Amino acid sequence: MRALRQHSVLPGFNLALGFTLLYLSLIVLIPLSAAFIRTSALTWPEFWDAVTTPRVLASYRLTFGASFAAAVVNAIFGLLVAWVLVRYRFPGKKLVDALVDLPFALPTAVAGIALTALYAGNGWIGQFFEPIGVKIAFTPIGVFIALTFIGLPFVVRTVQPVLEDLEPELEEAAATLGANRLQTFSRVILPVLLPALMTGFALAFARAIGEYGSVIFIAGNMPMISEITPLLIITKLEQYDYAGATALAVVMLVISFLMLLIINVLQWWSRRRTSAI
Amino acid sequence: MSIEVRNLVKRFGSFVALKNVDLEVRSGELLALLGPSGSGKTTLLRVIAGLEVADSGQVLFEGEDATQQHVRERRVGFVFQHYALFRNMTIFENVAFGLRVRPKPQRPSDADIRRRVQDLLKLVQLDWLAERHPHQLSGGQRQRVALARALAVEPKVLLLDEPFGALDAKVRKELRAWLRRLHDEIHITSVFVTHDQEEALEVADRVVVMNEGRIEQIGTPDEVYEQPASPFVYEFLGKVNLFHGRLHQGRARIGGIEIDAPDHSEAEEQPAVAYVRPHDIHVDRVIHDGGALAAHVFHILSVGPIVRLELTRDDGDAQDLIEVEITKERFRELQLAQGDQVYIKPFRLDLFPQSVEEPVH
Repeated sequence: MRALRQHSVLPGFNLALGFTLLYLSLIVLIPLSAAFIRTSALTWPEFWDAVTTPRVLASYRLTFGASFAAAVVNAIFGLLVAWVLVRYRFPGKKLVDALVDLPFALPTAVAGIALTALYAGNGWIGQFFEPIGVKIAFTPIGVFIALTFIGLPFVVRTVQPVLEDLEPELEEAAATLGANRLQTFSRVILPVLLPALMTGFALAFARAIGEYGSVIFIAGNMPMISEITPLLIITKLEQYDYAGATALAVVMLVISFLMLLIINVLQWWSRRRTSAI
Repeated sequence: MSIEVRNLVKRFGSFVALKNVDLEVRSGELLALLGPSGSGKTTLLRVIAGLEVADSGQVLFEGEDATQQHVRERRVGFVFQHYALFRNMTIFENVAFGLRVRPKPQRPSDADIRRRVQDLLKLVQLDWLAERHPHQLSGGQRQRVALARALAVEPKVLLLDEPFGALDAKVRKELRAWLRRLHDEIHITSVFVTHDQEEALEVADRVVVMNEGRIEQIGTPDEVYEQPASPFVYEFLGKVNLFHGRLHQGRARIGGIEIDAPDHSEAEEQPAVAYVRPHDIHVDRVIHDGGALAAHVFHILSVGPIVRLELTRDDGDAQDLIEVEITKERFRELQLAQGDQVYIKPFRLDLFPQSVEEPVH
């Protein structure tokens, strides 16, 4: 402990570290380990059978696939929104800025119902897609849209402060040196934004994996097609299959943890490479 | 490469930043744009660079119209006040940037780039920092890197926007002496913006004094300091005392003093203001012929070879301090102390007539 401690004008390193560990244990680790303990009621073959049925595998594909796609879309358009909010002045900018946070605040069920109403075959937006043979609500596309909706604020809010720190002079400097717009963006702006962008991406991705409320309304929940893993867990709980439910939870937990770990490593690597202060 | 600016106008909303500015920058000279903030000097520089688009007027490089050219094509080197180095790149890559972004056919080979960047870093005496990142460098070092980066693309002209503005006083002095030497070495047509008169007078070949979007005076540092063309230039360059008086048929009267003013022979009882530098005032304990103004010593600052006196005029406002600079010997000769009665007389002054309804200030 001594060796870890650096001299600081602020006292209380031991206390603060102790509290942090206690807090994380109470709030995060103990509930999560409960999932593992519950699962241990199953034998290994039982566990394996429970988490690899075709229906469950299809739900993994949808949950992680749609979450990843939604996070990618959010990374791109969230960056755009953050860019517009930081770089331009326009009437109603404060309002737009506040709107970005709305998916955070809205009860997810409300979002789900609203999106379903919009994208259903007779909804405001859905009616334009129905004639060309594209069904949105009650398909994986609907799941993807709901996950995009709830993930947007993460990217905008992580990228925005970094963008605010990025002086417009950098772009001007690049232009005086003869760089075109694409070169300026890819060599000067993006490398600086990348760590923040990846944080936003990871947060949006993680949130999307765990999302339940908004998805179940728009998804239609058809087994093998538009059924997400969290819904399967609920279904199992309703059938009093607690061990089966926690088994799925454990699989989600492990996959999510691994993905977040990979993203963190990538982020660490890009931060080192670009050496942003 | 000469630069010419013709009849340039630039507005930001209702604010007019440049009011019909004409300027010629001679090939190979180091020109300073000097003025207070809001005088339009930075805007002028940015219009020359192509970073701002003027509402009307022309910018010519070597007689060729560049007004419609994009900043990318103007081939200007631009140095920003806050360096604007790319923080994700090493110093080497920062300097190499302008070469690396060239289209393939014009891009030098990697070996060429390496050699040129090393040469430039040697020129700014920072070759030993090539692999560092900008945040590991001091302010002065960063600005030298920014200069090397600007020079890497072999610009036709070099434009510097308050290049030393973000540095502390000591580094600032070193760096501007260094810039002067560098310019003597490479002789690239350069324009730099500053609000620091000392900086402009010390470094530049010629100084352009700007105020409220207009050029007040263009001249060598000596010319603008010794023969200011307007009250503004007088007040902006160095300390100056103001004496109010009257002009009448080639004579000026200030308090009890009468002075020849041959330039103003047709003036009839016209109010005027005399501008006098602190070192152009004679101080004595007795009145000599020609009259003098009575004053009292209010404050003495005697550090260094020059002694600065602050005086109050006996016939004037006690708040209105007159600043006088005399040599230490003269100060000892007079044996002045606070509160002493003295008589002063300007021996060099410039008179600017004042119409009654339009005061100078």
